[in-house]
Amino acid sequence: MIKYKLESVDLWYRDFQALKNVSIDIKANQITAYIGPSGCGKSTLIKSLNRMNDLIEGCKITGKLLLDGEDIYGNIDVNLLRKKVGMVFQKPNPFPMSIYDNIAFGPRTHGIKSRYKLDDIVEKALKDAAIWEETKDRLKKSALSLSGGQQQRLCIARALAVEPDVLLMDEPTSALDPISTAKIEDLMSELKKKYTVVIVTHNMQQATRISDYTAFFLLGEMIEFGDTKTIFSMPKNKKTEDYITGRFG
Amino acid sequence: MRNNFDGQLKELNNNLIEMGALIEHAISAAAGALLSQNIELAATVKADERESDKKEKQIEALCYDLLLRQQPVARDLRIISAALKMVTDMERIADQAVDIAEITTHLVGQKFIKQPEDIAEMAEAAKKMLKESIDSFVNRDLELAKSVLEHDDTVDKLFTTIRGDLIALILENPENGEQALDLLMIAKYLERIGDHASNIAEWVIFMITGEHNTKLHF
Amino acid sequence: MGKVLILTKRKKPGDWARFLLTWAAGFITVAVLLYLVIFIMVKGIPHIKPSLFAFTYTPENQSLFPALVTTVLMVGFTLAVAVPFGVSTAVYLVEYASRGSRLVRVIRTTTETLAGIPSIVYGLFGYIFFCDLLGWGKSILAGCFTLAVMVLPIIIRTTEESLKSIPDAYREGSFGLGAGRLRTVFRVILPCAAPGIFAGVILAIGRIVGETAALLYTIGSVIQLPENLFSQGRTLALHVYNLAAEGLYNDQAYATAVVLLAVVFGINLLAARVERKFIRAVS
Repeated sequence: MIKYKLESVDLWYRDFQALKNVSIDIKANQITAYIGPSGCGKSTLIKSLNRMNDLIEGCKITGKLLLDGEDIYGNIDVNLLRKKVGMVFQKPNPFPMSIYDNIAFGPRTHGIKSRYKLDDIVEKALKDAAIWEETKDRLKKSALSLSGGQQQRLCIARALAVEPDVLLMDEPTSALDPISTAKIEDLMSELKKKYTVVIVTHNMQQATRISDYTAFFLLGEMIEFGDTKTIFSMPKNKKTEDYITGRFG
Repeated sequence: MRNNFDGQLKELNNNLIEMGALIEHAISAAAGALLSQNIELAATVKADERESDKKEKQIEALCYDLLLRQQPVARDLRIISAALKMVTDMERIADQAVDIAEITTHLVGQKFIKQPEDIAEMAEAAKKMLKESIDSFVNRDLELAKSVLEHDDTVDKLFTTIRGDLIALILENPENGEQALDLLMIAKYLERIGDHASNIAEWVIFMITGEHNTKLHF
Repeated sequence: MGKVLILTKRKKPGDWARFLLTWAAGFITVAVLLYLVIFIMVKGIPHIKPSLFAFTYTPENQSLFPALVTTVLMVGFTLAVAVPFGVSTAVYLVEYASRGSRLVRVIRTTTETLAGIPSIVYGLFGYIFFCDLLGWGKSILAGCFTLAVMVLPIIIRTTEESLKSIPDAYREGSFGLGAGRLRTVFRVILPCAAPGIFAGVILAIGRIVGETAALLYTIGSVIQLPENLFSQGRTLALHVYNLAAEGLYNDQAYATAVVLLAVVFGINLLAARVERKFIRAVS
């Protein structure tokens, strides 16, 4: 089943064209990884999927971006789009509030006020993000008191609390140590049962380990897209091969 | 980019070439010993085999090191996995050359019931297959690797011919039986060498195309 | 490697002089402050009597109590006008307006200019605009609005800086959860920026309590407990100024100055406590 369908997407930051004629299908309940050197457009693309690029001045996008067949740059409520498409960022960014309030922020935003309901949501989200055991006794403590790896899982829990369909992850482990990284990678293969996951990563081994599909970007163009095993064993394009074998960029 | 890694891959090539040369020599020596009934020459085969054994260990260690440290993907991964599989086949070829040499020592002093030209020809063809399969690895030459597979048919045909001749000789005079069996064994070993060379060529094809032909040569 | 870097600290000839200079600068700063405070204390404390806190001011008893009440009232009311205004302006500048737009530049230049105007000019403006044009007359209300205009740049500036220092990661996090801009500002950004905003408010309080020139023409000099916002009044600073200017009640002027110091100190202490409580509540 196709979750996202992108057709000839072009994106400009003022005069600079960051994405050139990108067409890609993202399958539901799979992990799709975007790889490529810095400035290749992979982060730009992932941010187009929940319209976070709207926040950047001078950003213009053309082409078709369909989520479940609906044009996300058409006449839609951006806040509802972002509820449906959660995002986890490169650096863990918990709000300077309690763990509980961090998780409850999203549901409260979308109108849930009942204390009982919120309690349930918080517990479920923390469990889904595999951080419940570590936090259940300190829900009222500041989220900033957690370690970097815990903070990132908290951010994943926070994103899950609004019950999204899709989870976008922009280099989610680049600031973390190997153990925290392994925990999050494990978590991701659990998450794909319920969610469609798109991840940007600089770590090729990570893409190999966790993703089902991989897209390689270079200078705003999508050079190659295919199932991860093929991309990393028998890429069709010379540029892809040069990049993943470390002979370029 | 990755000069160090590329240097190590070159080292891998050189090691494979050296091991290939040792084994080629072993085949030549085994076949030569048979033709000239020369015990000393037959003895050198064993020495070649020991050397190539050492080389095999060295190449495996290098491959594991590359896998561990470089975490190769794509072409690099295919090169290293191909090399790892190839050395096993090469080592088996060396073993078979030793087997031939051993039989040759029994035959010293005996009068040939059949002139061993066919066997010499077979040895030459098998050796050529081995050389070309390793060359195709070193030069990443897909066409050459494919031609090795075709040569295998020549070796197989020679084997069938020799087998027919030997059966005829046994029927002619049952006393030929013992030597005929020895010669058949030698021909069989050479035929197996051809099969191993084909295996190597198939790994080279995998390395270049990413696809492995599942037809087995055993 | 030819040279080995020596990382141990080596004394240079100028070091000693530099150390002395910085130390002296620090000492002089503290010394001046201490001298001022001690001077006022010594001159003022002996003259603090219960009668200074009588409800009414009479020519015989120069009670500062009406001025004290007026001061506290002025602080509260001025902040009530200036803080919402200033914070909203800063929020607009940082969170809503597109960065570098013409309007932002105009507003920024204007606030910077406001900050550089001498306070007596505010006084004259307040007199002409609030007292005369709006017909409020000399009154606490006119004084408060004049002071509000005066402290606005401080509040806008500090709030702006404080908002700018909030990492974009918080905004992204909030937007990423589907929160709108308004919710992001009120639930995430402003709580984080609160310490910085409080710092601006404390600065503003300092200005309000210490201001005389801007109030000379706007709140009059009647010494009485204010009845309503249209009453005339006198703040403590103004009271000190008047007592000293008349030259008749120097002792009482010093005593009043001591109380003024105490009030400033007290307000700062209170603000710091409120700030701490607030920070604890959000983090």
